[in-house]
This record gives sequence, structure tokens and C-alpha cells, in this order.
Amino acid sequence: MALRKILGMETEFGIFHRRAGDSNPIAASSVLINAYINSLDRSGTASPIPRVGWDFVDETPANDARGLNLFTAMAPEVEIHLVNAVLTNGARYYVDHAHPELSTPECADPLTVVLYDRAAEMILVESMRQANAALPEGEEIVVYKNNSDRKGNSYGTHENYLMDRTTPFSRVVAQIMPHFVTRQIYTGAGKVGSEAVGISSEQVPFQITQRADFFEEQVGLETTLKRPIVNTRDEPHADAKKYRRLHVIVGDANLSQVSTFLKIGPTALVLCLVEDDCLDRTFVLKDPVLAMRQVSYDLSLRRPLELDGGGSITALDMQWEYFRSAQRYAESRGLDCIGGEEVGGEVLRRWEHVLTALESDPMQLADQLDWVAKYRLINGYRERHDLRWNDARMAAMDLQYHDMRPAKSLFSRLGVETLVDDADAAVAMSEPPEDTRAYFRGKCLQKWSDDIVAANWDSMVFDIGDDPLRRVPMMEPTRGTKAHVGSLLAECETSSELLRRLGS
Amino acid sequence: MPERTQKQRPAPQRSEEALVDTPAKSEAGEKLKADLDDLLDEIDDVLETNAEDFVKSYIQKGGQ
Repeated sequence: MALRKILGMETEFGIFHRRAGDSNPIAASSVLINAYINSLDRSGTASPIPRVGWDFVDETPANDARGLNLFTAMAPEVEIHLVNAVLTNGARYYVDHAHPELSTPECADPLTVVLYDRAAEMILVESMRQANAALPEGEEIVVYKNNSDRKGNSYGTHENYLMDRTTPFSRVVAQIMPHFVTRQIYTGAGKVGSEAVGISSEQVPFQITQRADFFEEQVGLETTLKRPIVNTRDEPHADAKKYRRLHVIVGDANLSQVSTFLKIGPTALVLCLVEDDCLDRTFVLKDPVLAMRQVSYDLSLRRPLELDGGGSITALDMQWEYFRSAQRYAESRGLDCIGGEEVGGEVLRRWEHVLTALESDPMQLADQLDWVAKYRLINGYRERHDLRWNDARMAAMDLQYHDMRPAKSLFSRLGVETLVDDADAAVAMSEPPEDTRAYFRGKCLQKWSDDIVAANWDSMVFDIGDDPLRRVPMMEPTRGTKAHVGSLLAECETSSELLRRLGS
Repeated sequence: MPERTQKQRPAPQRSEEALVDTPAKSEAGEKLKADLDDLLDEIDDVLETNAEDFVKSYIQKGGQ
């Protein structure tokens, strides 16, 4: 049976320090995150914020799932000197390269990912508020949840899926690649124009995704150059003998919660089908890298994609193939692998709904999908003022769609459907999910932050006075839940008592 | 190895007019359109005032 999909997202936000001259984005990101951490320190609320740093001992982003080690010289660097905090909701909030980045805690179903992604947005909004209150008059740090500066520089929104190590990686690559290429029709956040070399505004006035312009390889380890559709980073942050973590770099940052839900849900379910080898048919695209752009540039959703060995299929029909396989799988094996019948049924229902609507009239989804909502707004403005697509006002509206300031966000004016309550997301800013190891991490930080010197995804390090530092391993993402350790954590008064009872 | 299969079934029936330029005809579509008109009436107050400078100065390096 397919492994329960433990899920997470990592978002690099765009950052813009206004009226600050030649501001350094690394410094601005540090100011932003520190302002948030300091405000929690000052608040003295029930959740004392940890001054807990990230523990890099298990970071191995250069490991390649194909077993290769040829690319070490080009491997991602781990920057250990920058701001790097662990929050009481189990998330990591840090400066990565030149961006503020927030990684959600581990979540056990797609709707919980949506909740923690919304909590992440609210953390960034509060961070801006805190940072800007302390900046000189006139200066302002503004955060954007998008993936491109429109000048060829892209930054990522990555997804993570826990997978069974025994599934051959070659099968994962072959069977998930067509899904990544074709899911763009509902995951895209939309973009005015193209950043690909030699593509004019006349050729591509508007495209479905932020990211499609930036993919150059089918499979690889890179994340910043020659980005691959399937990333091979082999860093499970869990027991490496049992698990792999599929690190997905091909998606857009979504403001629409429906888009986020459909980015994570169907992908998690398709990966269950891959593990159980249950896809009815497998298609091989002739040129997946080219197809990424063909799909993104085709707002009619009718362009056929060439298949290896002849024949063709549209992105929509490919998605129907995946959907029907998933539907049959759910009927025979159930949906426990993505969180149970209720949330899994919602994944199937919404997936079918968007495919049906995309087939008849995509504009029906203007209150659900990012790219449709953005297209409708910008095209409506363009028609009213008789503008050309390459007018700077079109590009400015594209960027401002993603502006995280509540008063400036264009997205928030569009009445797009939400799946989680902001009141619940406000709680999730400081409370961890209850059904993954993030619960143990978050609750320990709430209760004993003074005794914790470092934390990372799969361990925590305690300092309880005279004894040597104690590392508590957390190699099982589904252990350390409220059901497992809730009463233990409630009963222990001190961290040394906890460590004694854990037997570490 | 994945099975290599050509597309075997006919494409689903679809109308021929350009999808994106087709206005939504449903009741929900009419409401969306009215909402959009209202939004466009007031959006100039919110938009960045100097679009060209704003777009030019928004530079993001060093991303993944």
C-alpha cells in the first residue's frame, strides 16, 4: 500500500525595500524576520518564542536520488550564518539566498497544507508590519508571494512529499513528469508576457504560469540554474532506509487556496498511484521541457502535446487520464494515503470540477484559480483603457496581484473562494499540526524553548544544564503526534523529565 | 519502463470559439462580470502610481 503522504511547502518570497536606495535584499530579509521574532519575544503571550536556531547537521542537499554524485560542485549551498528560526507551529522561517523563506511544518493532508500556507502568509504580513514600524520615515519593506521579477530572475515555491524508498526512482520520474507538465492548467498563478529569450509580447501576451519559462532540463539536482522538471535532491529528513522525500520545484506560488489545494492534493494522490503502480496508462512526452511552455502559453488549453513514438494529447486530456486512474484507485483502495475519505473526496471533487470547467469555459473559474482570476482582472483593465499587453501598467498589475500588503493586494479584492478560516490560520501561526512530528517540535518549543539549543526536521537538541547536549531523533514523520506524545508532554514539568521518560 | 501508448480515444467534444475570449454566460458568470466592473471602477486608487518605475525597480536575484 502507498505510504501516507506527509506534505509540506517552502515559499521564497520576493522582497522589495522601497525608498531605501541600494538596499541589500539579504539585509532586508533579516530585518523582516528579526522584527517578527522580536515582536513575539516582547508579546510575552502563552507561546514564548524560541530563540532556537536551525541545526544543519543533517542537511545534505547535494545527495542525488539517482545515486549519482557527479554534480557536487554545482550543488546547492547551505548558508548557515543567516537568520534561521524555528517557530512554535513547527515551521522554519529563514533567509535563503536573498529571500525570506518560510517552510511549513509537516502536514498529514492537503487541506492542512493550505491552512499552514495561509498561516505563513499571515506571518509575512505581520513581519512587514513589525519591520516597517521600526524603519525610517518613508522607507518600507514589501513582500510579494510570486516567483519572478519579470527580468529573468525566478525564486521558488517548493513542495515536499514523503515517499516509499522501495519505489524505483525511475518509475517516479517517468510517471510524475507528465503530471507536472499538465497540472499547470490549474496550478498556474499567471504571468503577463514571457521571460524566455526571444519570446515577444505579441507571441505570449499572457501565460498560465510564473515558472514555466525557467525550466531547462527534464531531471536533475539543480534548483537555481538549468532547473529540472523533476528534482533529484535525495534528502529525506527522515529514516533514509525507508523513505524518500520528493522535492518538487516546478510549481507556482499561489494566492488562491483552491489552487494550492489542487497543487498538493492531486499530486499527492498521483504519487500514491505511482507507489502502487496503479496508473491505467503511462504517457511519455516527446519533449517535456518544451511542453512545459506549450502548456503555459496556451490559454485555449487545446494545443496537443507530442508523445514519444507518435501521437499527441492535450494537457486537459492528460489530466483526465490521471483523474480517472485516481478515481478508480480511490474506489478500490480508499483515500487514507492522503488523509482519509473526507479530504481525499474533496480533492477528487474539486479536481473533477476544475477539469470540467476548464473544458467548457475557463473564465468560470475566476473565483477559484489564480491564473484565471489574474487574467480576468488585467485583461478587463486592459480592455477598459484600451492598453496593449506590453504596457507597463499590465506588468505592474501582475506584480501587484502578489503584493502581500492587505491594502495593496489586488488578489484580495477579487473575491476568490477560500478553503480555510483566517481565524484558524491565525491559531496555526503559533500552534503545530497535531498529526505529524511537527507537534512534538512545536510543543517542546512552546514549553521549553530555553532548554533547546537547536532543532531541524528530524531532531532536536536539548541543553539541560550540566549534562552533555542531548539530541532527540525524530526520524519518523508520523510519530511525535498528539496521539503519541500529547499526554507525555502535558505530564512533564521539565525538559529533563521529558528526556528521562523518552529514555534518551 | 513506462508503457508507450498513443492517444486512443477521440478528444472530448468542445465548442470551437476561442475559450478565453468567450464571456461567461451563466448566472454566476454575470455576477462575476458585474463584480469586475465595480472593481475596475475603483482600482485606480490602489494601483502603483508610477507603473514603469515600479516594474523597473523590482529586481530579485539569488532565488531557487
